[in-house]
Amino acid sequence: MRRFYAILIAAALVYMLISFISTVPSYGKADLKERVSDAFLSKSVNAQNTKAWMEGKAIHRQPAKEIYGKKVKEEGSANVVTSIVVNYRSFDTLGEVTVLFTAALGVGLILGGSRRKQYGREANFVLKTSTGILVPLIIMFGAYIFVHGHLTPGGGFPGGTIIAMASLLLYLSDEKFFLSKASTGALEGSMGGTYVIIGLLGLAIGGYFLYNFLPNGVVGNLVSAGIVPLVYVAIGLKVGAELSGLVTDLHSEKEG
Amino acid sequence: MMNYLIILAGAMMIIAAVFAVEAKKILDAVIAMSVVSLVSVFLFIAMRAPDVAITEASVGAGLVTAVFLVSLFKMKGGDEQ
Repeated sequence: MRRFYAILIAAALVYMLISFISTVPSYGKADLKERVSDAFLSKSVNAQNTKAWMEGKAIHRQPAKEIYGKKVKEEGSANVVTSIVVNYRSFDTLGEVTVLFTAALGVGLILGGSRRKQYGREANFVLKTSTGILVPLIIMFGAYIFVHGHLTPGGGFPGGTIIAMASLLLYLSDEKFFLSKASTGALEGSMGGTYVIIGLLGLAIGGYFLYNFLPNGVVGNLVSAGIVPLVYVAIGLKVGAELSGLVTDLHSEKEG
Repeated sequence: MMNYLIILAGAMMIIAAVFAVEAKKILDAVIAMSVVSLVSVFLFIAMRAPDVAITEASVGAGLVTAVFLVSLFKMKGGDEQ
């Protein structure tokens, strides 16, 4: 009876996975017009026949980059959520990063140690072999999520978490694997510093902390949206190193 | 069709959540909580919030479950000593 229920639940989950995922547009086929307005895509909110431009009839003039005398901050990012999170609420994101840092610090203080904890059991063959295949793919996927944060759904936090999952997989499959505190700490600290330095550069150039001072580029290009990719690379590496350090703390024990 | 799927997903979430509270073993409760996160990922996809879905999948269904499981085994190891 238990087995019957297990098969039923697994079948329901797989059915849901397939049917929900099939509603997502396939790669490169997403209709941007569904997510953002025509004026956003043609990068002019002021004076242009945007509908004609979308259909390829009107010539794209250099848009006036201002709304009420202000630079249009969200115009360079194809993913509007990212644009709001990094352009308007970047200070909020800095606060979230700080909260995560404090949480990881607490875990490190309570559980941290300088030695890998030995469980005295070998991981089985399937886990070991599949880890070798999966870990590079998982790290690449995590990096993709934060590098393309301004184009596709995702961003620094999920990308960093996915990278930390790769290190968790390594910890589970290998009894000797141990990330040194120095490496994760150095990456985390330098990337957190980079984020603040980008913010201070914005303060120096634009007059606001975390001001988007770089040119916006073309919507949909990899190098676009000003500082958004830079900030997301910094956040992604910081969160990845931080959570890898947290996983390390969970799998370590104190000397003696 | 989509509505029935969403109702099915919501019903599964409620059942898993009640099971997580009522389960005798903590391990079962942790797995049931991970199921709640996993099904809510599908719901977020249906509601066109892929950003939240990715975060929920990696944090809610992945890392939180892993941290809970590791700390659960640590607690058990402490009890035996």
